[in-house]
This record gives sequence, C-alpha cells and structure tokens, in this order.
Amino acid sequence: MVADLIESVAKILFIFSVNLGFFAPILGWVERKQSAVMQDRIGANRANIGGFTVLGLFHPIADAIKVLTKEDFIPAGANKFFHTLAPFICLVPAIVTFSVIPFGGRYQLFGHHVNLVIADLDVGILFVFALTSLATYGVVLSGWSSRSNWSLLGGLRASAQMLSYEVAMGLTIIGIIMVFGSLKLTDIGAMQENFLHWGIFLQPLGFILFFTCAVAENKRAPFDIPEAESELVAGYFTEYSGLKFVMFWMGEFLEIVAISGILTTLFFGAWHIPFVTDQRLLSLFQFAGPNGAAVLAMLVGIATFFAKVIFFIWLQMTIRWTLPRFRYDQVMRLCWKMILPLSLINITITGLVLLLWIK
Amino acid sequence: MPDIEKDLHTEYMVINMGPSHPVTHGTVKFLVTLDGETIEDLQVDIGYLHRGFEKMCESGTWQQVFPYTDRLNYVSPLINNVGYALAVEKLIGIDVPERCKYIRVIASELSRIADHMTNVAAGGLELGAFTAFLYFVEARELIWDLIEMLCGARVTANYVRIGGLKNDLPDGFKEKTGEAFKRCRTLWKDVNKLLTKNRIFIDRVRDVGNMPADEAIAYGFTGPCLRACGVPYDVRKANPYLVYDRMDFEVPIGETGDNFDKYLVRMEEINQSMHIVEQALNELPAGPINVDMPYYRWQSKDDIYTRIDSLIFHFKTVIEGIKPPAGEVYLAVEGANGELGFYLVSDGTGKPYKCRVRPPCFPLTAAMPRLMKGRLIADIVPTFDMINMIGGECDR
Repeated sequence: MVADLIESVAKILFIFSVNLGFFAPILGWVERKQSAVMQDRIGANRANIGGFTVLGLFHPIADAIKVLTKEDFIPAGANKFFHTLAPFICLVPAIVTFSVIPFGGRYQLFGHHVNLVIADLDVGILFVFALTSLATYGVVLSGWSSRSNWSLLGGLRASAQMLSYEVAMGLTIIGIIMVFGSLKLTDIGAMQENFLHWGIFLQPLGFILFFTCAVAENKRAPFDIPEAESELVAGYFTEYSGLKFVMFWMGEFLEIVAISGILTTLFFGAWHIPFVTDQRLLSLFQFAGPNGAAVLAMLVGIATFFAKVIFFIWLQMTIRWTLPRFRYDQVMRLCWKMILPLSLINITITGLVLLLWIK
Repeated sequence: MPDIEKDLHTEYMVINMGPSHPVTHGTVKFLVTLDGETIEDLQVDIGYLHRGFEKMCESGTWQQVFPYTDRLNYVSPLINNVGYALAVEKLIGIDVPERCKYIRVIASELSRIADHMTNVAAGGLELGAFTAFLYFVEARELIWDLIEMLCGARVTANYVRIGGLKNDLPDGFKEKTGEAFKRCRTLWKDVNKLLTKNRIFIDRVRDVGNMPADEAIAYGFTGPCLRACGVPYDVRKANPYLVYDRMDFEVPIGETGDNFDKYLVRMEEINQSMHIVEQALNELPAGPINVDMPYYRWQSKDDIYTRIDSLIFHFKTVIEGIKPPAGEVYLAVEGANGELGFYLVSDGTGKPYKCRVRPPCFPLTAAMPRLMKGRLIADIVPTFDMINMIGGECDR
C-alpha cells in the first residue's frame, strides 16, 4: 500500500517535472533556436548571467520573470470570469493528457510491480480524446469572452477546426485500435516489442493521417488559422497578456509533447528499442543483480521513450517553420474531403485484412 | 431548413482592418463588412502616410526634391530618383553622358530587385512562410550592401542629380556585384523551392485576386500586376528611356492575373533585372558622369574651388536653384510597382511650380474592393501583399 503510494507520487512528480519543468520552458527556447538555425539567424542569445549565455538557455528564465511582472489586462466589456477561466481550460488538458501515456514498461522491483504510467486506464486513448475535446472550450471561451472581433473570429475558426479534426482523428485511430485490439495504451505499447510490429508498419496510412490531425488539433502552422497573425492579429488570444497569455503558449507546447508521446506510444514502439526485447535488455544488465537490472532497464526504457518524443517534437517544429498557412476553407476541406474518407478506407482495409487473413 | 434560415437573426460584422493591423502595415485601413468569413463589402481608406509631398516640392529648389522622392516608394528609392531626374532633364533638354545612363540603369535595376524581393518575401511571411521571408531578406541585404557601396545610404539613397549623379561607381563594384548575385541566385532558388511548388502556397494564391486584362487596364493597372494579367506593357520596352533599348531582357507575363501569376512575374523579373545589371556592368563605357552645363549641374569640386566662373555658377544654382525653361512635362519610368510618372510644371523660376506624381499603386489599391468582394477574409492577405501598396507612394 505504502509502496503503491510512493510509486504513484514518484511517477506524478516525474511527469510533472519533465513536462512543466523541462519541456514547457525549453520548447520556447527550442522554437526560437531551431527557427534561427533554419533561417540563417543567430536566435536567442542575449540573456546572460555574468556574461555566460549558454546558447541562450537563460531565456526561459528571463521570459518567466518578464511574464510574471507583466500587467494582467482584461479589456473593457469582457466577461471577466470566462476571460480568466479560458486559459486554464486550455492548459489543464494538455498537462493531464500525459497521465495515461506510458513512458516505460512494467518492471519487478524489490518484489513490487512498477508500471510506468500514472493512470493505467482501460480506455486510455478515449481519455486522451475526451481531454482534447475539453481544450476546445478554452479556445472558444477565450474568443467569445474577450469582446473583440478578432478574438471572436479566431474562436469561431478554432471551434470549427478542432471539432472537425476531432472527428477525423477519432477515425484515424480506429485502425490501430483494431490491429492491437486494445484501448489501453500500456497494452498497445507492450505489443510493439517486436520491431516489425510497430504501429507505423502495421498502419502507415493511419500514422500519416493521425499525425496530420494531431498537428491540426494543436492549431500549429500550417493549421494555425485560429491565430493567423496576418489576418486576425493573434486570433483568440489577441486580448490576453502576461501569465494568461503564457498559459495558452504553454498549453500549445505541452500539447506538442503530448502528441509526440501518443505518436510514440501508438506508432513508434513506445519505450522499445528496435530489435531489443525487454527480456534481452534485462539479461544485458544481469551484472547489476535482479533489482539493479530492472532499474537500468527502466532507465533505458524511459530514455528511449523520451528520445522518440524529442524526435517528434523536432519534426513538428520543422514543419511549423517550413510550411505556409492554409486558408480556413481549405483546412475544412482537407479534413472532411481528404482525411475522413481516407481514414474510412483505412478502417475498411484493416477490417478486411483482419477478417480474411488473420482470423 | 429555409424556414430556419429565415427566422435566424444574423447580422453582418463590420470590422476595422487597420491601420494598426499586421496586413495593412500601418498605412491603410479597410472597413470590412463580413458575413461569417465572407467579405460582403470592403472599403479602402488611404491617406495615413500623407506628407504633402507635392506641396513640399513647390517650396524647395528643383534639386531639393530628390530627398523627398526617396520617400515615395521607400523600397526602391533609386527608381524614384531616376524618374524625377529624367523628367527635369526632359524639361530642360539635357542628354546625360553615356556612363551616367548605364549607372542609372544599374541603380534602377538594383532597386527593382530589392523591391521585388521584399514584396515576395513579405507575401510569404504573411502567409506563414517565415523561412522564405528571411532567405529573401538576406538576399536583399546583399543588394542593399551594393546600394550602400554605391551611394552611402541603404534606403534613403538620394543618389541621382539633375544632369548627372552624385558620384561615380566605386572601385570593385563589379566584382562585389558578381559575388552578391551569386549568393542571391542561390537564395532565389531556395525560395523558389520553398514556395513555387508548395501546394499550400499555391492553394492560397491561385485564383485569388484575379482580374481580366481589359478590366485591369480600365482600372489603370501597370507594372507586374498588369503583366500578370497577360498584357506585356513595360515602360522599359514600350517607351525606352536611358539605355534600356540596348539591353537584352524579357518581360515576363502571366495569364489570369491572380496572385500566383503576380508572384511568378516578380520572381522572374528579379532574374531579368540581375541579367540587366550584369549586361550594363559589362558594357559600361568610360567617360564623365555629369553633363558639362554649369547652369544646371555643378562643375567638379576642384573647379569650384579654383575657378571663379565655376564658383559663381555653383553659388547661383545652390542659392536660387536651377532654372528650367517655363513649360510642362510628363515622363514615366518603370517603377517596381508599375508606371511611375512625374508631371512637372515650370514657370521659369528656381522652384517647381507643380510636381505631380503618378503613383503606380494608387489604381491598384483602388481595385481592392473589386478584387475582394465575395472572397474570404484570409484572401485579403495575399491579394494586398501582391498589390504591394506602398504608403509613401500612394499617399505622398
């Protein structure tokens, strides 16, 4: 009982510190630095302590101080309650999503079973969808409550886009659920121990479609029409400042991490290294004793998982700084006329293959 | 369903786009009436950058107009300089030396390259292609370095004089140009790869802002926007000035006049302009850069300091201004946006009686409502970018 409690608290603390302590601040730096590298610029390099800039890594700290000292502005005539509530609704789902994503396998440690996921829900993937739907409310409320035409247009665009892509995203994922026969993310992760059973090989079309939908759901370029800065100034968060503005920002970055985590779990073998089974890993670390081997295997699993997550973060950043923006109607057309039929075809083919060959 | 639509109370949303809005660059305001995302009505409100250019010109001498012309189309100031100088020279009847003509062609074309690069880059930027923007900004920096080498300033050039130039080409200009163009061509290819075959970019600009040729002419379109409609009208070809008739270059034209054609025309004109600069540098003749007409153009500084007649002419032209004969003149050059015309009236005194500018982007901006009605609000962005309205030139 005590061991369970310690395990849960440790996992929650770990994920919290990784997400809010590492990814959220560091992605702001990554976005600036990576775009700078891509565009022949130098990028963030001014913040320093005693003359040391460390590649501009002090910028997240400087940003945090700046944000905390900014005026918290609520426009005249805005609905204060919803205006304040909206950023929280955006940020919380992005943080909570990670609770069902496994960042490692199951290990036997001092006679205690350690399962490296905060909440091992049977409906894990559905939980993720439920939470991403919640984020829509935050965007729509922020657009509506700001009492600004630009915010309203941004909020409307966001609601249409996010609702549409949720439908498509739900369908793109059905193929992979059919293949693995489970909604539980830990099970799906465990089933990808064999390199050739990774989701991307079983569902290549599903991967591309899901990836597209996930980026669109997160409203990042080329799908950033709700905040298209050249048309709508800044879209739904035009009227936000200070910490609330940063909450939208952090929500976006944490969603990148969450999307990368889900992609890794569903399609890229979760915590598995190609061609190395869990047993083989354990036997490799036999020299450290049974508990030591479990700890080492666990660390390798976590490192592998986060390496894959970082790869997907890099991929999303690269896409964001390469492609121009869609137009509102084109985004909707892409969703309803391209992704939706393709995902239905994907489901049909998957179903036929399962029915005729596998069973 | 029709009943529901009838009962549903909906209103148009009237929205002020600008002047402080990312797409209007602080120089223009659109009063947009929206039905959802569709534009029902659009009214253009210009004048935010009105400085009274034409009136200011009347209070200075003929030479003192040059710094003002820099601020017309501030992205390609050298073309404005050249245009005004040519108009005054036509009024007086000066034929500048060959070397001066070639250098003016070089200066004009460098400006045109910088202008088109800025326009294409900003167009990409506002559609979200930030990387393409910075690639062309780097290329533009190189062009501006050349212009800085030429006249000491990057934006406010003030380089051309009536009957000559401020100074000759600096040493090593040809080599520096060769290096800069080499890098520019690489960057041009990069941007071409990033945008020209980019499906998202094409979807955003194709079939948006198109205009049939006859209507474009009726609106008074000139320059890349008219050529995109398929009309091969270029002042450099139709009414050659300086030494453009000796240059080998082509006038790219589009088909439908949509934003993609405007973009392609500009991209190709960058290449053609680089070609012209290289030709002009190769054929550049030796000789003086200023006319030997002391009434209108100062003698050299050596003469002014050592010869009494030169000193007197210098004093007279600086204090009273040069005095073109009474009369009026209209002269157009091919600006980066189209036909840039100067209509000058002289009453025989040292100051212009009237200095009217025909800005190429005024008719283009006037066509915005025609181009945008029934379109989506997001279409304003590429259309307005490709029109390339420059506040300094449009509002004067």
